[in-house]
Amino acid sequence: MDKKYGVYVCTGCGIGDALDIEGLCDVPEEEGLPVTTHPFLCGKDGIELLKKDIKEKGTNTLVIAGCSRRVNFDVFNFDGCIVDRVNLREQVVWSHPRSEYPALTEEQKDDEEHFDRLQMLAEDYLKMGMAKVEKIDLPEAFKLETLSRKILVIGGGITGISAALDAAKTGYEVTIVEKGSSLGGYASKLRKQLPLQDPYEELIPPVIDAKIKEVEANSKISVKTETIVARIAGQPGDFTVTLKKPGETTEFDVPYPLPDEMKVDENGKELDVEQLNEVYNEYNKGKQDILTLDPDGELFGAVILAAGWKPVQLEGDEFAHLGFGEIEDVVTNDQFEALAAKGKIVRPSDGKEAQTVVFVQSPGKGDDDSDFDYTGSVTSLVSLKQAKYVREDYPDGKAYVIYQHMRTPGLLENFYKSIQQDEGIFLSKGEVVTVSKNGDGLIIEADNTLLGEKIKIKADMVVLATGMVPATVDDPVVNLAYRQGPGFRDIGLFNGYVDSNFICFPYETQRTGIYAAGCIRRSMTMEESIEDATGAALKAIQCLESVNRGVSVHPRSGDMTFPDFFFQRCTQCKRCTEECPFGALDDDEKGTPKPNPTRCRRCGTCMGACPERIIGFADYNIDSVGSMVKAIGVPSEDDYDEPPFRVLCLVCENDAYPALDIAGLNRLTYSADVRFIPVRCLGSVNVIWIKDALAQGMDGVFLLGCKHGDDYQCHFVKGSELAEIRMEKIGDALSSLALEQERVAQFEIAIDEYDKLPQIINDFVEVIEGLGPNPFKGF
Amino acid sequence: MTEDKAALASGSILVVGGGISGLTTALEAAEVGYEVFLVEKNPYLGGRVAQLNQYFPKLCPPTCGLEINFRRIKDNPLIKVFTLAEVEKVDGTPGSYNVAIKINPRYVNENCTCCGECEKVCRTEIDSEFNFGMNKVKGAYLPCEMAFPARYVIDPQIIGTDDAKQCMQACKYDAVDLDMAAKTINLNVGAIVWSTGWEPYDATKIENLCFGKYPNIVTNMMVERLASPNGPTKGKILRPSDDKEPESIAFVQCAGSRDENHLPYCSYICCMASLKQTTYIREQYPNAKIYIFYIDVRAPGQRYEKFYKKIKEDENVFMIKGKVAEVSEDPGTKNITVVAENAVTGEKVRQPVEMVVLATGMQPTTAGLKLPADLKYNADGFIINDFEKGGMFAAGCANKPADVVSSNQNATGMALKAIQTLVRR
Repeated sequence: MDKKYGVYVCTGCGIGDALDIEGLCDVPEEEGLPVTTHPFLCGKDGIELLKKDIKEKGTNTLVIAGCSRRVNFDVFNFDGCIVDRVNLREQVVWSHPRSEYPALTEEQKDDEEHFDRLQMLAEDYLKMGMAKVEKIDLPEAFKLETLSRKILVIGGGITGISAALDAAKTGYEVTIVEKGSSLGGYASKLRKQLPLQDPYEELIPPVIDAKIKEVEANSKISVKTETIVARIAGQPGDFTVTLKKPGETTEFDVPYPLPDEMKVDENGKELDVEQLNEVYNEYNKGKQDILTLDPDGELFGAVILAAGWKPVQLEGDEFAHLGFGEIEDVVTNDQFEALAAKGKIVRPSDGKEAQTVVFVQSPGKGDDDSDFDYTGSVTSLVSLKQAKYVREDYPDGKAYVIYQHMRTPGLLENFYKSIQQDEGIFLSKGEVVTVSKNGDGLIIEADNTLLGEKIKIKADMVVLATGMVPATVDDPVVNLAYRQGPGFRDIGLFNGYVDSNFICFPYETQRTGIYAAGCIRRSMTMEESIEDATGAALKAIQCLESVNRGVSVHPRSGDMTFPDFFFQRCTQCKRCTEECPFGALDDDEKGTPKPNPTRCRRCGTCMGACPERIIGFADYNIDSVGSMVKAIGVPSEDDYDEPPFRVLCLVCENDAYPALDIAGLNRLTYSADVRFIPVRCLGSVNVIWIKDALAQGMDGVFLLGCKHGDDYQCHFVKGSELAEIRMEKIGDALSSLALEQERVAQFEIAIDEYDKLPQIINDFVEVIEGLGPNPFKGF
Repeated sequence: MTEDKAALASGSILVVGGGISGLTTALEAAEVGYEVFLVEKNPYLGGRVAQLNQYFPKLCPPTCGLEINFRRIKDNPLIKVFTLAEVEKVDGTPGSYNVAIKINPRYVNENCTCCGECEKVCRTEIDSEFNFGMNKVKGAYLPCEMAFPARYVIDPQIIGTDDAKQCMQACKYDAVDLDMAAKTINLNVGAIVWSTGWEPYDATKIENLCFGKYPNIVTNMMVERLASPNGPTKGKILRPSDDKEPESIAFVQCAGSRDENHLPYCSYICCMASLKQTTYIREQYPNAKIYIFYIDVRAPGQRYEKFYKKIKEDENVFMIKGKVAEVSEDPGTKNITVVAENAVTGEKVRQPVEMVVLATGMQPTTAGLKLPADLKYNADGFIINDFEKGGMFAAGCANKPADVVSSNQNATGMALKAIQTLVRR
């Protein structure tokens, strides 16, 4: 677009009182840009002025200097215009009072001793905004050539069926693939199920059959049983899916990335690209490469992963004290359910009626009051349900539930209470010490119960409330034809569950367009699974419609930009492919990345990773930020006797930047020698910006972003972590330039820790002052 | 390829309640491509979670997710937000509801720049509702620092006073409009999602626990405010009677919950909330003794159990299985003695502490105030969803007690249920 610039300076909210506005206006005027001031730019009058310029003067590139871009976002939004907001309020005048940063007297203005730190700050920010708009463009949406709106549901249990029905009811075509021979999953193996709605008191007959009938009657749903996914290739809106029978081998089985130990030769030396390719092909012999699309593959737009769980396999002698594996009549809740579904409950050992059954909720060794692994409130509830089976089968039957913590949260407390009413069910806290044989029955010893310190119960059977292991624990299931590998990354954090790390955004994972639901995410009751399925269906549909509009999904929902690559200069270093938190890039046999824009979440981690600096977005790129850095004035001894220090801070716009704003709102003050540039994510920070800053004489650079580690707060998962790794590497480069490593740092800050900002900032500035000026200054 | 809207139906969705569930429903529906009206009775969005210091089990600040959600609203012209607004009347059937919404006066218009001049001149101080009355705010105030919309409010209490006039005169931007009156707007929507949320159970009703009588007994929601950097004590947990740093603290679980005389159900979040709050205390007071009196520790699932395990490693955290029967105050020291029967040993425990936290539960907002719409409620006041009938749905804690993760899952799903109502048209 042909840019017509306009610079607007708001003098309201204390800006005009604190700053030399005339001097500020000289900045754009010197560049030949028209500048207008207004006492209240966000008011009706001010907006009219802007609109008039847009209409009459054809202004389409606006630099608006006033408040933070986080406020008045709606009033300063003009269709078809590039707008940059220069934050003179929160980050200049509100955080740097004149009482601390006095203005210069007339005499001081012309000497070489005094300078106005605050005015310098404001002028720099204005210059930076002007430099930025020159280098950015309005985005154009990325549109797929073909879009499939069909949804693939993996797993035909209660979750998959519910998701399919919900998507179909909303008007979308769905295919369910189920690896078993019929629909229903675990839900069809039950005698009864927990209540699904108020008053949550009684067990109900399984609902699965009715749901299956609904699926069969719905023309939008097709079902493929005895089918699994061989591979899912492509990207949201355009996935090419190869299906196959379980156990079958096909050329479109997904290839696996090389394990690390195969990436080196026998001497431990890293293999080169060609060698790697050779080993990779050998390792994946008989499989087509991920970039080869199956000509017979089916197209889907989004995927719902509802592959569910499997009963835990207790191994070793960890539970020997409970008799498991030794005594036939000690079974798991899963085995007990199978017995109960068959008919009257009888002992596995001799087929005798099991009139007295003890349910063990926690393995109970020593002080450990934990439940079994992979359990949840559902397993507490299932024990209660199964206790009820005993009572259904035998009028004089007795069920004992020994628990450490009865976990029946929310309204399901009603079910617990209804169980308490049953005089044949005994519920007690306790540690089960041993289970042993007693004639042809069993004897259970428990300690610290509510019934007494040490009790012994004679029983026919013991049932252990064991866990539900997600299918993804040892199988990628989705078999993604992604260079980063076939499964979800980093799910070890969640013990193999395909869960989200975000409390606020439970469906967000590292694989765009694939949404998990049900017990593959967490142990859940059927009620929870059905609800979860609806949510996942919404997310799948939302992803399709976002792809259709050419915009990003969460967290930059609606963003029309996407990374653009200048391939001629690509050196095939693979860093972008490897570092993208969302696996958006697949490289070819030479190592050239193939972008998949609809997998991309627009964080810019690829841009930060690229040593050749060939990746950028229309409105955010190496040049736009680089030019902002270059626009910062770096006074030297030629200008002043003791020039001020200059420090650059690249600040995460999601958390740290808002924290700075709140610091300003609270009038917290910090050094005026620091220049902040917001970045989409610290992952997008390219070290060239830091090198450039130091090369132009800035004295220090720091990054301010989200916490990382297991409980990471980075909205793009890995950004702040990757940035820290890059910062460590830059340290070596600095020492080769004889610059101290301390000149570059990274700090973690949560959005609510704005009160800690002044100290973090000032401490860093102090360190830099201690190091003295950058020796490159003035060159 | 040209944009293809074939899959989208026409019609818009009303979401009532702008807490985390309402925000989620509104955003998720709007990002599919539907027009959404979001109505919130407070002058700001965020609801209960805006008052929390951190979420369990990640110990991350809720404002982090709220900021993203607010940005999503800013970037999405399909969402229209009304604050200080309440639904007055709903007529119609699934697919077409006529809704009357009353918008109460804020007395501050869109000219507000948050400069804070009105607050400076205002002399009247009122109890901060946001901080449960633990401090005062001016009669002209910003509801909270991250308030969205970022705009001041003039409290109705100062309307008509000289103070209000001072506020008006102090504003350089003509933002204070003391003549602003309530108005009613009418909307036609295809579906309604009620995410009216919850209230902390009124602890004064639990007479044996003496909340309101002894100053050093506080509720768990108050602790969230005390621990928040933007709270009444700037994040320092101090006991109310003398601002002393507490050396011993007792948590009373199920304060009102799982109790036929109060809330017969389990409030879902209080066990995890107390475990979380022990981390707040531990961070500030490395040696404080923490006693947790519980019936069951409801920390279900791999992730919560892991969190609970970590808390148990702290040798100054004592878990006592037993419901607290009574409390008493030492009039001299203002310390509290908590009395409970240890359910396992049977012995009576008398534990003197410097501060007591009541883990009060959640009561649906609709327990007291019934909504002006044809909805079914359970005995406790939670809205029962009727998916057969469709059209109107309850999301999050309006439907049942839940944590934030489950509320958001539920709220995401309810966005789809609402969309289905439009599609069926």
